[in-house]
Amino acid sequence: MTKKIKISINGVSVEIEPGTTILDAALQAGVIIPTLCYHKDLCVAGNCRVCVIEVAGQKRLAVACATPCEEGMEILTNSLKVRNSRKHIIELLLSEHNADCTRCYKNGNCELQYLASEFKIMTQDFIQLAPLKKYTIDMFSPSIVKDDSKCIRCQRCVRTCVELQGVNALTVAHKGDHMKITTFFEKAMSDVVCTNCGQCINHCPTGALVEKNYIEEVWDAIADKTKHVIVQTAPAVRVGLGEELGFEPGTRVTGKMVAALKRLGFDAVMDTDFTADLTIMEEGTELLTRLKKVLVDHDPEVKLPMATSCSPGWIKYIEHMFPNYLDHLSTCKSPQQMFGALAKTYYAKARNLDPDKIVSVSIMPCTAKKFEAARPEMHDSGYRDVDYVLTTRELAIMIKQAGIDFMKLEDMHYDRLMGESTGAGVIFGATGGVMEAALRTAYELVTGREVPFENLNIAPVRGMEGVKEASIIIENPLKEWAFLEGVELKCAVAHGLVNAGKVMEAIRSGQASYHFIEFMACPGGCLGGGGQPIPTSPEIRRKRAEAIYAEDAGMPIRKSHQNPEIIKIYKDFLDHPNSEKSHHLLHTHYTSRERF
Amino acid sequence: MPGIKLSEKTIGIIQQVCSDFRNEGSELINVLHQTQGKLGYLPAEVQEVIAKELNISVAKVYGVVTFYSFFTMIPMGEHPISICMGTACYVRGSEQVLAEFKRQLSIEVGQSTPDNKFSLNCLRCVGACGLAPVVMVGDRVYGRVSPQMVKNIISEYKEGCVSEAKSA
Ligand code: SF4
Ligand code: SF4
Ligand code: SF4
Ligand code: FES
Ligand code: FES
Repeated sequence: MTKKIKISINGVSVEIEPGTTILDAALQAGVIIPTLCYHKDLCVAGNCRVCVIEVAGQKRLAVACATPCEEGMEILTNSLKVRNSRKHIIELLLSEHNADCTRCYKNGNCELQYLASEFKIMTQDFIQLAPLKKYTIDMFSPSIVKDDSKCIRCQRCVRTCVELQGVNALTVAHKGDHMKITTFFEKAMSDVVCTNCGQCINHCPTGALVEKNYIEEVWDAIADKTKHVIVQTAPAVRVGLGEELGFEPGTRVTGKMVAALKRLGFDAVMDTDFTADLTIMEEGTELLTRLKKVLVDHDPEVKLPMATSCSPGWIKYIEHMFPNYLDHLSTCKSPQQMFGALAKTYYAKARNLDPDKIVSVSIMPCTAKKFEAARPEMHDSGYRDVDYVLTTRELAIMIKQAGIDFMKLEDMHYDRLMGESTGAGVIFGATGGVMEAALRTAYELVTGREVPFENLNIAPVRGMEGVKEASIIIENPLKEWAFLEGVELKCAVAHGLVNAGKVMEAIRSGQASYHFIEFMACPGGCLGGGGQPIPTSPEIRRKRAEAIYAEDAGMPIRKSHQNPEIIKIYKDFLDHPNSEKSHHLLHTHYTSRERF
Repeated sequence: MPGIKLSEKTIGIIQQVCSDFRNEGSELINVLHQTQGKLGYLPAEVQEVIAKELNISVAKVYGVVTFYSFFTMIPMGEHPISICMGTACYVRGSEQVLAEFKRQLSIEVGQSTPDNKFSLNCLRCVGACGLAPVVMVGDRVYGRVSPQMVKNIISEYKEGCVSEAKSA
């Protein structure tokens, strides 16, 4: 063990591990230092200077986030000098900020606004530069709005896009007064390599990067009596939504969420978990078919490893970055899009509704799903399959607007037909979940026995490590699958696109040989999605993951193929997995894209 | 690489410069410097090749090029066309106007036509919001531009210079 060092913070002495920054040391000592450019997920930039503090004996103020403690340091975080200087820094930031808070999407959840309110910035000592500057507001993307007039140039977004996502869509360009956060050649976000993952939105402290919201459109649809408005909710929403509405991170609010959606006026509230189960049936079958074609038929056209396709951020990433590998992607649509295609066909028929009158809304932890729903090929029902995609945050806004006291709601159940799900569907919301759900079903299909892990919990694919590996040796398969006898099925799981990139590089260089890989664009999987409540931190992601696995453990059915509504849809409508009808409605193709 | 219209020779020059610096990302500034020395300027396509050769993000290359005033990205087309993407113009339909320019000229933003007659760019608010949507061709400002007007605007500059057949 390394020897601790002694410092004092505001006169109170504390012992800390060497190498600790002043910011962390203060936190341990119960002293809060305000920050802006600092974020727990990212490397330290130290560019905003909001976290200035005084070290006794040093003339210049230091930045707490970037300065390590040294033995004997006497740190003052609340001296007159610190307070004045901090206030000046905030005033300077505000002087070039278009601070029309009442008309800003981030009003009420903005770190800059919060600082201004904490320090009661009432006067204007600096010239207001904002009105003199020309700013761009980029509204071209179906997922993201980028408003440079709200940007404080903290570069959290740039670091997010580089460090967590390895995409590098955003950069710092120009200098001095003209310095701005932009893209290659200042193209619109919709025209560059951006995957719409929304991680930059989740990490932006201000209103400079926000989701494109469709709240009014959905209110209008609900108010239109000629429309039948249905809604689906993704697995990860139920473990995040509570944070926006007064609950602690990691609280499961499934039943309350369903109740709230009914009160908002949706005509039917159903579950994306149902189509997550359906994805397992389709994707599991596809995997087994591919294995057969490769191992038995030696078909050179069929590619392994097969990669999952439920994360639209990942899909756009591979389309840009590894366009030669698109035939490794499962052809399965994401659960959201499967749901959409069925809503205007299967559901419409069963309920005797004109599909033209159905408005299909989805609640997602994800901003990339907005882009996905708008992809031109997503019209297999004959209509746009999913009309509006709202993030977890947008749903919370609607619930507040409607005056619903969320805490007091009684739990309610999803509506039938596409509302039943299993533990396997729920864990789609966490990294490793799709893999785990797929193995639960595929192993049983092949061997007739349950997957050999305690309580069906496939521990090696759980947790927050960036790349996880697991393998299962198949023993005593059923006759049909005899060719799999003794085959070691090798799987990998990657979350956060920077990790996805590592796995893809390993495949390209021939270092890795897997059969099946789960990719999710966001750190932690969907539970850490770009549309989830802000803030999201490693700690909060962990809590949401615990909630997901608790939800799974509490489900009466935990394997997709046993979901009664799944059995029913194959009997009544789809025939069997990978049938002609499922190919038409539930599968898709991909587009190669440029890398800028 | 589709979309890049550099000649084989130009690409060869850039690749040579990059390999002179061992294709190392950390040599970006030197690579840019030398390339500009040889080609005169650093348009988007050149930046893309450099990014590819050095295996770094093209956004980053752009960040560096715009940071140093020494680097330049344009000779523009003979008639540079700029479409305002400020809020007022956006709201009044500059997106559709831009799309029409792209369609008519068969080029993307930041590119020039093969004959170098026209180049297409987006601007931030040019301060003429009352005239939104605003398009500038050279120094000339066109106000309240609709997609229907695009063809005429272009032909004002085409006439007598380029035959229709050639530019179609
Ligand atoms: S970004 Fe924050 S400070 Fe700026 S206008 Fe919006 S709420 Fe106000
Ligand atoms: S867009 Fe947001 S995260 Fe990026 S630099 Fe501006 S304020 Fe910071
Ligand atoms: S949405 Fe994702 S890929 Fe796009 S700029 Fe933001 S972090 Fe980068
Ligand atoms: S938070 Fe420390 S410098 Fe920005
Ligand atoms: S927005 Fe186009 S001129 Fe102001």
